Amino acid sequence: MKFLIALINGLSAGGTYAIIALGYTMVYGIAKMLNFAHGDVIMAGGYMMFVTLTLLGHPLWAVAAAVVFCVVLGIVIERFAYRPLRGASPLAVLITAIGVSSLLQSLAQILFGSATKMPVKLQISGAFKIGSFDIAYSTLITLAVTVVVMAVLTLFVNYSKTGRAMIAVSEDRDAALLMGINTNAIITITFAIGSALAAIAGYLMLCKAPSLSTTLGAMPGIKAFTAAVIGGIGSIPGAMVGGILLGVIESLSYSVPALAPYTDAVEFAILIIVLLVKPSGILGKMRREKV
Amino acid sequence: MDKKAVFNFLKRYLSYIIIAAVALFYTVMSLTGSAKTADLYLLEKIAIAIILAVSLGMVVGFLGELSLGHAGFMCVGAYLGGKVSVILEPVLGNSFPTLLISIIVGGLVAALAGVVIGLPALRLRGDYLAIVTLAFGEIARSLFMNAPEALFGGTTGLKSPRFDKNSLFIVAFAFVLITIAVTQNLLHSKHGRAVTSIRDNEIAARAMGIDVTKYKLLVFMISSFFAGVAGVLFSYSNSRIQSASFDYNYSIEILVMVVLGGIGSINGSIVAATLITFLNVKLQTMLTGDLAVLQNLFYALILIVIVIYKNAPALKTFREKYNFKNFMALFRKKYPIKIRRFSDYGRRKNNQHL
Repeated sequence: MKFLIALINGLSAGGTYAIIALGYTMVYGIAKMLNFAHGDVIMAGGYMMFVTLTLLGHPLWAVAAAVVFCVVLGIVIERFAYRPLRGASPLAVLITAIGVSSLLQSLAQILFGSATKMPVKLQISGAFKIGSFDIAYSTLITLAVTVVVMAVLTLFVNYSKTGRAMIAVSEDRDAALLMGINTNAIITITFAIGSALAAIAGYLMLCKAPSLSTTLGAMPGIKAFTAAVIGGIGSIPGAMVGGILLGVIESLSYSVPALAPYTDAVEFAILIIVLLVKPSGILGKMRREKV
Repeated sequence: MDKKAVFNFLKRYLSYIIIAAVALFYTVMSLTGSAKTADLYLLEKIAIAIILAVSLGMVVGFLGELSLGHAGFMCVGAYLGGKVSVILEPVLGNSFPTLLISIIVGGLVAALAGVVIGLPALRLRGDYLAIVTLAFGEIARSLFMNAPEALFGGTTGLKSPRFDKNSLFIVAFAFVLITIAVTQNLLHSKHGRAVTSIRDNEIAARAMGIDVTKYKLLVFMISSFFAGVAGVLFSYSNSRIQSASFDYNYSIEILVMVVLGGIGSINGSIVAATLITFLNVKLQTMLTGDLAVLQNLFYALILIVIVIYKNAPALKTFREKYNFKNFMALFRKKYPIKIRRFSDYGRRKNNQHL
């Protein structure tokens, strides 16, 4: 039974990771860059929720405001920090992304101070009882949201015109441009979607434990990227699989007393093993490099 | 000697001369007892920062990879080197041999960690090293914090011996010179050219028969070694090692030094490391509490602005008009000497995609 609880908690944590990982993997697939600021967009969304909550008082407004804010933030970041560097060396883009991440964190700290905020109204308490054990409502909500997000995103990418344009851009940007796809617009849309997902992930994290600090998105961001690499970076189903797998591993490792303090190290070891054995990830495709 | 030769000579050896002169000046000062303790402490910090910046600059500038866990390697070196010094102290005393042994042990362990971390990440193309080192930095910290208290002191940190503050900076500066010498000599050797060729075009380098993974790993290992050395010096300078000192922001601070000094320029890294450490110490007293974050904001802006200015394709003409060289040329008289850069290390070509 304990195993089952750990599994369900793992699926729920994994759902959150998967939603964050989707943001990473889509941006990586389409803009070919590692968006280090993604975790901090989550944090920015969290603070937006906090602000709206104190102004308007209803969690639903807070989530809506956070999604809108994150979408705008994502577009602004892409426009002013990343787009000028399109065509420059990957190292330059990477360093800028780190700069943006650091900038968001310090701005949040200047605006809100370093003390942890407690938006308790976001918390969903209570639990669903089955026999002798409970599953928290927040866990169930996370699972439901994850399934819905994944389904909508899969349908959007595979069947809508914009989604198919995204696939085209990720496969070959120049060829997509020649086919009349506005690649700049597609990249902007990708950032917008990724940031909206970040806001949702932020809500899922805060509804479990309403403690908000400037490093809210840092560690989940690293883990979600790990998940994206495990699933195959650039692949959308890969991010889902990787995220859920990582969440389950984390939860199981956490339930073993001997491993509990070293959970982060266990996950990291898995990343190293995946990179050694199958660097393209579980569902990723290895691309041959052509000159 | 013509002007160009003088320039090249200075470019290569000026840093040694200045550093040795500063170290010598303060040695005399501390021997006569007229050096201020705060100044000597600042010198130790500057030396540590230079070692870190030059060694990270090796990875970022010459390998073209990004390491975000430099503080993590420093942490490994500090804890294990510090532990060695704690063990050796009763036997050898708080003496130079203890210091030397712990520095070497700390460096070697950090180098080993570098190999373990670098091997999976450096075989691949792409940004894997950045994410792996980032995760490593966080995890190394938490491992040392969660380790049994008897071993590494847990959250309160490991109490390590403090070396005589009148002479630690001399040792630190000796290691600064060693770091610069190793980096520069490696760079001007056959191996160094192999490394820069990998950075400029990995596929072409591979086609020329260069063992890409081997060279990447070599540079990363040497870089981690010096991070470990800096870690041990840090432990001797602070007399307590706390895992909180080696957080992500510290890695970013080192990266800011490299970027501010100019990616690929050793002398630039040295200047920037000195400047930033100096500013840090001065700002520490001015910015307290929540204001301390202004410093991080400033660093973040430095990263973004400098990288966009240096790399954005749209700013090419702007860059050619308004740059440091042209600014200096305003002060030259009639015939501005056009100096070709000794090597265009910092610059990546735009034909990456070929």
